[in-house]
Amino acid sequence: MKTVIGSAIKVLRLTTGLQPAVRKTESGPSMIRLINVTKSFDSQVVLNKLSMDILTGKITSIIGPSGEGKSVLLKHMIGLLKPDSGEVVADGEVISSMRGSNLNRAREKFGMLFQNAALFDSMTVFENVAFPLEEKTRLSPAEIRDRVHEALAHVGLKGIDKKYPDMLSGGMKKRVGLARALLLNPKIILFDEPTTGLDPIICRAIHQLIRDTHRRFGYTAVIVSHEIPEIFEISDQVAMLYRGQIIEQGKARDIQRSSHPVVRQFINGSLDGPIRLVT
Amino acid sequence: MLFFVDKLGAKTLGVLQEMGKMLNFLVYALYKIVTTPGKPIHIFKQIHFIGAKSFFVIFLTAAFTGMVLGLQGYYTLAKFGSEGMLGAAVALSLIRELGPVLSALMVTGRAGSAITTEIGIMNITEQIDALRTMALEPYKYLVAPKIIGALIAVPLLCAIFDVVGIYGGYLVGVKLLGVNPGAYFHEMENSIVWKDVYSGFFKSLSFGLIISWVSCYKGYYAGHGAEGVSRATTAAVVMSSVMILIWDYFLTSVLM
Repeated sequence: MKTVIGSAIKVLRLTTGLQPAVRKTESGPSMIRLINVTKSFDSQVVLNKLSMDILTGKITSIIGPSGEGKSVLLKHMIGLLKPDSGEVVADGEVISSMRGSNLNRAREKFGMLFQNAALFDSMTVFENVAFPLEEKTRLSPAEIRDRVHEALAHVGLKGIDKKYPDMLSGGMKKRVGLARALLLNPKIILFDEPTTGLDPIICRAIHQLIRDTHRRFGYTAVIVSHEIPEIFEISDQVAMLYRGQIIEQGKARDIQRSSHPVVRQFINGSLDGPIRLVT
Repeated sequence: MLFFVDKLGAKTLGVLQEMGKMLNFLVYALYKIVTTPGKPIHIFKQIHFIGAKSFFVIFLTAAFTGMVLGLQGYYTLAKFGSEGMLGAAVALSLIRELGPVLSALMVTGRAGSAITTEIGIMNITEQIDALRTMALEPYKYLVAPKIIGALIAVPLLCAIFDVVGIYGGYLVGVKLLGVNPGAYFHEMENSIVWKDVYSGFFKSLSFGLIISWVSCYKGYYAGHGAEGVSRATTAAVVMSSVMILIWDYFLTSVLM
């Protein structure tokens, strides 16, 4: 009887299109897979038949010159942007073709730390971190308070509950953003330039924090960064994005020794080479 | 000549496209209100922001509008020896027209602009994207509570405007110019019918929808940077005000 009702509901969903069926695929060792992803803004092609795999449980960093579409790539992984063609598969589900409640359900596997932390500026630190718990769980206020303090302690912050984001330094904002991203124990965390604009000591501290929380919680991390060579220290995998494609991907130490002229020039920060400052 | 026609066509298509986008936005927001209205606390916050925080400006505007109506009305009616009708003239003007329209214009300037700026800044600082990455629907948290809040707060502000305006007219007409206080309220009671009250209420309800809809839409689709937000805010205030006045004319012609 249950099977009959289940099948009837499936048919109803498929025919009415109210809740489109989720396309599933084998995830294998890859948590995220991009297949021939193309994205253009007006006439500018940002991603050009890009394919790459993000390995499960590893830290993968995406490096590349500014304006090459690294953040655009990251936003495709969580479904904030849709590809013009190609597919994005996250944890076995084709996230690029999802909409509405299915997309929201798929996003529950993700956490994201934005470049400027994207904290809600009308809320205090406590309210910012508590927000996803208040909206997505039925925990009591006492339980929420404990979880928030625990998450803030994980990122080394205490006693700043009542401060507003504009009262925090750049590094503190990033840490609050990370605490918020970690709170619902996501399988995947995306970091969009987590150390941009920070001094070298805070930069190292944030990298250390990513490595520590990754060890503790075992999430799959994708980091977009310019921090060469520091990013190689915390990454398991590094991929280089150039002219809309991943031109090289591999273990951090292999990328550091790469002979590819674009990768070499970028790692060395040299002005001479195939990468032009003005294109 | 062909160039001019080409430009005109492109402009017309652009305007139609924008109107379609705005309508889509409203329909989706109303759908979200019905399906996932969200927590009451978010709505109460908006009622407080749009309603309670606009009280002072509404009170001040209403008092002086009523006073000027009392002054102008008195000297006009005095020419015909009908000063006793002052209460009716003030109340009818306020309840039918000035109350709903002026309170809506004040709310547009105070709360509508703030709504556009708030959502616009959230948009350009990726706070709306942050909501999405938390699997939270921005319409549910940003748009729906503001629309519900405005639908509740604007008619209440209009009622306050009417009452304060009537007493503003009373202050000038009765206390300063010597109109009989009994005649002021008696003529008002004789002239005002239930239809005047509910047509004013219906107007302010629809103005509440216009303000919240246009303000949220303009903020949600604000352009890049501070300039984009400032343009969106200006556009929201201008468009809301113009739409209120146009819609007022159509409603008046239907409800008369």
